[in-house]
Amino acid sequence: MKCHQCDKQATVHLTQILNGQMHKMDLCESCAQAKGVTNPENLSIGNLMENASDVPEGSDSPMTCESCGTTHSEFKKGGRLGCEACYHVFRPVLDPLLDGMHAGNKHLGKIPAGSKSRVQFEQSISQLRSQLQGAIEEENYEDAARIRDQLKELESKEQANVEG
Amino acid sequence: MFNDILNDDFSSAKGPKAIPVTLSTRIRLARNLREFPFPGRAETSQRRAVLTKCMEAMHDIKDLDSSYAVEVDDLSELERQILVEKHLISRELSDMDEASGIILSKDRNCCIMINEEDHLRIQVLQPGLNFSKVWKRVDALDSNIESEVSYAYDGDLGFLTACPTNLGTGMRASVMMHLPGLVMSKNMDKVVNAVNQLGFAVRGLFGEGSDASGSIFQISNQQTLGESESAIIERLDKTLQNLVRQEEFARKKLLQDDGRRLIDKISRAIGSLKSCHLIQSAEAMDLLSLIRLAADFKMLPDSYRSTADRMFIEIQPGHVQLAAGKPVEPDDRDYLRASLLRQKFAKAPFIKTDG
Repeated sequence: MKCHQCDKQATVHLTQILNGQMHKMDLCESCAQAKGVTNPENLSIGNLMENASDVPEGSDSPMTCESCGTTHSEFKKGGRLGCEACYHVFRPVLDPLLDGMHAGNKHLGKIPAGSKSRVQFEQSISQLRSQLQGAIEEENYEDAARIRDQLKELESKEQANVEG
Repeated sequence: MFNDILNDDFSSAKGPKAIPVTLSTRIRLARNLREFPFPGRAETSQRRAVLTKCMEAMHDIKDLDSSYAVEVDDLSELERQILVEKHLISRELSDMDEASGIILSKDRNCCIMINEEDHLRIQVLQPGLNFSKVWKRVDALDSNIESEVSYAYDGDLGFLTACPTNLGTGMRASVMMHLPGLVMSKNMDKVVNAVNQLGFAVRGLFGEGSDASGSIFQISNQQTLGESESAIIERLDKTLQNLVRQEEFARKKLLQDDGRRLIDKISRAIGSLKSCHLIQSAEAMDLLSLIRLAADFKMLPDSYRSTADRMFIEIQPGHVQLAAGKPVEPDDRDYLRASLLRQKFAKAPFIKTDG
């Protein structure tokens, strides 16, 4: 049996059950060591497969969070993200990880009261913006002025909330 | 003030009587504030701003009236260790050196860690198996805090946490269970496998990496995204109730199939506790586990169950040093631990059998 990483003889055979599905992986001694397969407690095949499929070792992935400076390789190494913006930046590499980690990929739990109004606010702003766009295209300047005032009012209210 | 907390034996006395099998129920919620990097990535000044913001937010919350608030670096090494042994704070928080804090409610059942892996770890615990009561309290507390601060939250991914394993609900629901029947009948491996497959983790008394001395296990949900809090709790609760039945069955079977050996073990445990002069904590935990089992079997008076539960904590290295009033070397600790146990079990009756 050949190693999953290189063509050497595989001597380490891993089996793990994730969400009722059996995953198998065969590694040679040195690849197993390189992957940190020394403590079976902290081992996840999900992570190993993830590592196996992306950028070759040594080359740093260009993905970096501009907001906090966390790099892709830091995330891969430590498994921790640095800030909320990281969740957008690393979403492409995060999604497959989440599949193996959790029961689903959509939050079905508690919604904080503050976010409820924030979500509503963002929805009404984008709604008004598209109405404004429509009114301008139809050269309906009376409506456009009215919508623009509504937008201004809503945005200044939000500004006051943030500052207050 | 702090000495009261350290000496307070929160695990029994005032609380409801210890309940067989399930020692305690706990739920913790991981939360982060918007617009600040997570603690692991934040500058000290940012961590300090988060600490101040959070401390202020807690100020007017009724459930935290007369609570105790302290910064981690104001505590001595020993004081931190004691809070860890009482399961009030994590080892990770106890290792933090700047701008991390603890808020502990008056009844000691609610503890908020600030700037651990996430900005906030809000946790509530309660003796016995009682998820609905614990969830109600932690949920209300979380909502109250959220009315004062803005949480990092995404409509798809839920509450955003430093580690993606906590993403979504940010909730870890767990219990401490005493499972000597399953351990002695050598069924624990099977149980751990079955429980793992349901997405739940099984660990020792002191969490990750700790051994299962005293046959005490911590069982908790692993998955936090894709299921609501109530769905997770309901599934865990069902699994745990099943586990309690398995444990009861294993105990009955042990008594039926090999009762003499079981009584021999328990009687020797009583003898050792009455007469030891040097004892390490792992051995003491195993003896105490047998005392707790004997009380469940009504071989010893009920009061010995709460004594055992209290001793599980008081024989830990930090607590032994606290009782001594000074740092103590391991060998001397074993001596002090033994004299504490000798004194507590001096009057314990030996088990009489008809045979």
